Amino acid sequence: MSDTHAIGARRALAPARLREVVRPSNGAGFGLSRYKRFASSIVILLLWQGASMAGLIAPRTLAAPTTIVATAWELILSGELPHNLFVSLGRVAAGLLIGVSSGVTLALIAGLSKRGEEIVDAPMQMLRTLPFLALVPLFILWFGIGEAPKIALVSLGSAFPVYLTLFAGIRGTDPKLMEAGRVFGLDRAGLIRHVVLPGALPSGLVGLRYALGSALLSLVIAEQINATAGIGFLINDARDFLRTDVIVVGLVVYALLGLLADALVRTVERRALAWRPNLIKG
Amino acid sequence: MSDQRNVSVRGLTRRFGTNTVLHGLDLELEPGSFTALLGRSGSGKTTLLRTLAGLDPAPAEAAIELPDRVAAVFQEPRLLPWKRIWANVALGLPGADAKARAERALGEVGLARHLEAWPTTLSGGEAQRAALARALVREPRLLLLDEPFAALDALTRIRMHALVLDLWRAHGPTTLIVTHDVDEAVLLADRVLVLDAGRIAADIAVDMPRPRSHGDARFVALRRRLLSELGLEAEVIREAA
Ligand SMILES: Nc1ncnc2c1ncn2[C@@H]1O[C@H](COP(=O)(O)OP(=O)(O)OP(=O)(O)O)[C@@H](O)[C@H]1O
Ligand SMILES: [Mg+2]
Repeated sequence: MSDTHAIGARRALAPARLREVVRPSNGAGFGLSRYKRFASSIVILLLWQGASMAGLIAPRTLAAPTTIVATAWELILSGELPHNLFVSLGRVAAGLLIGVSSGVTLALIAGLSKRGEEIVDAPMQMLRTLPFLALVPLFILWFGIGEAPKIALVSLGSAFPVYLTLFAGIRGTDPKLMEAGRVFGLDRAGLIRHVVLPGALPSGLVGLRYALGSALLSLVIAEQINATAGIGFLINDARDFLRTDVIVVGLVVYALLGLLADALVRTVERRALAWRPNLIKG
Repeated sequence: MSDQRNVSVRGLTRRFGTNTVLHGLDLELEPGSFTALLGRSGSGKTTLLRTLAGLDPAPAEAAIELPDRVAAVFQEPRLLPWKRIWANVALGLPGADAKARAERALGEVGLARHLEAWPTTLSGGEAQRAALARALVREPRLLLLDEPFAALDALTRIRMHALVLDLWRAHGPTTLIVTHDVDEAVLLADRVLVLDAGRIAADIAVDMPRPRSHGDARFVALRRRLLSELGLEAEVIREAA
């Protein structure tokens, strides 16, 4: 119904009619615009499916969507996908644990003391300019080709965003709030606990979001290093057998991991930053 | 009541580079008195208050005597946005009854309904009342107010004047309020000081019963005198009045 309205509006741009048209597209029209957003994707999928069935796209170039769905289902049932996903998640979790905690620790050291800044910040800022993925050859030399270089890469990828944003957040503390804290008798520890850290939390969480993205990217690269399990292994293995369907399933899993990570940080933010004006519930 | 010491400052000098802001300033405040501090912009009022609040280190050559418990309210409320109102008021309070004390203080300033609110949801006047509660909950013997009402609208300011006087009568802290507003000074204080050239240039007792009215002849005379102390010419004053 909204559709015919919209077409009508385009034909006859009389103001009275326009007003009538605008209302439905604000309210009920939301669902429609949402549906429209997916429409083009669905069309592409259908074209892809059609082209595959007509033999225009060879399976070794790209498998048909239906084949991919069937393969995904098989991989789940056989336990192959869960197993490899579990391995990959383990790498991300271990890497994030190390990376985020060292990023936080270094940011606290550099942010909370002048001497700490002198010692920590300059090397960190220098290292930051290095694209950390370029360290892969060194990591292989240092850690071999087992789990260690993979976890190290994820750690490194996630440590920097956390360090940089949290350090900036700590240094960005409002001096007026610090003064208020001092007047009301907070000592140094109290100032850090009640003023500095809560104030730095929003930017720290932005850093965490970057860190998760960066960790995922590191995972993808790390799993190219001679992996014997994990989503990356699944993909590499499939490449050797020209199984494009399995490769796409692996890519979709990576994408879902990215979405999941984002949703996770959003949830944390909603809980931890409830005081922010845009998060306060009416 | 435990500490009824005078506020006493002798020979306070503060320099910023070559700019001498306070120049051998002397100041005595009677326990429980209400004093207003006037002075041109940049005359050093905030600098003096910051020294009294312990925010700036006192120079060694100055002799400064203060009660133990000093609290301050600034021009902006300076509430921590991540703490609910009661937690802001209870900030740094020792003891298990901190929350109860904070709630009582907020009740006194008329914010009993907003205990659990986030600071960003309060109006300017409400936030400033919360800041006042945060100062009072510590039962300070010296209460420093640095232009606390400057950012508020005229109506809210009138209400805040009444509130501050009520709280002062109930708790009896020695109170020093910095203001630009001569009327505010005469309305509230027992004594008005004018800061000029780094010293207290005028020290005028306000000997009028409260509540005071702008129409009172003594009020008008005092106001005129203070304006001229602040360097306004007679004809400007006549025009303004
Ligand atoms: N931290 C500082 N560094 C350098 N100069 C300063 C500093 N703090 C204050 N001053 C200078 O000291 C002088 C007095 O400042 P102060 O803030 O005490 O004035 P004020 O009387 O409170 O003025 P206003 O009525 O505008 O608030 C000003 O000239 C200001 O520039
Ligand atoms: Mg000032």
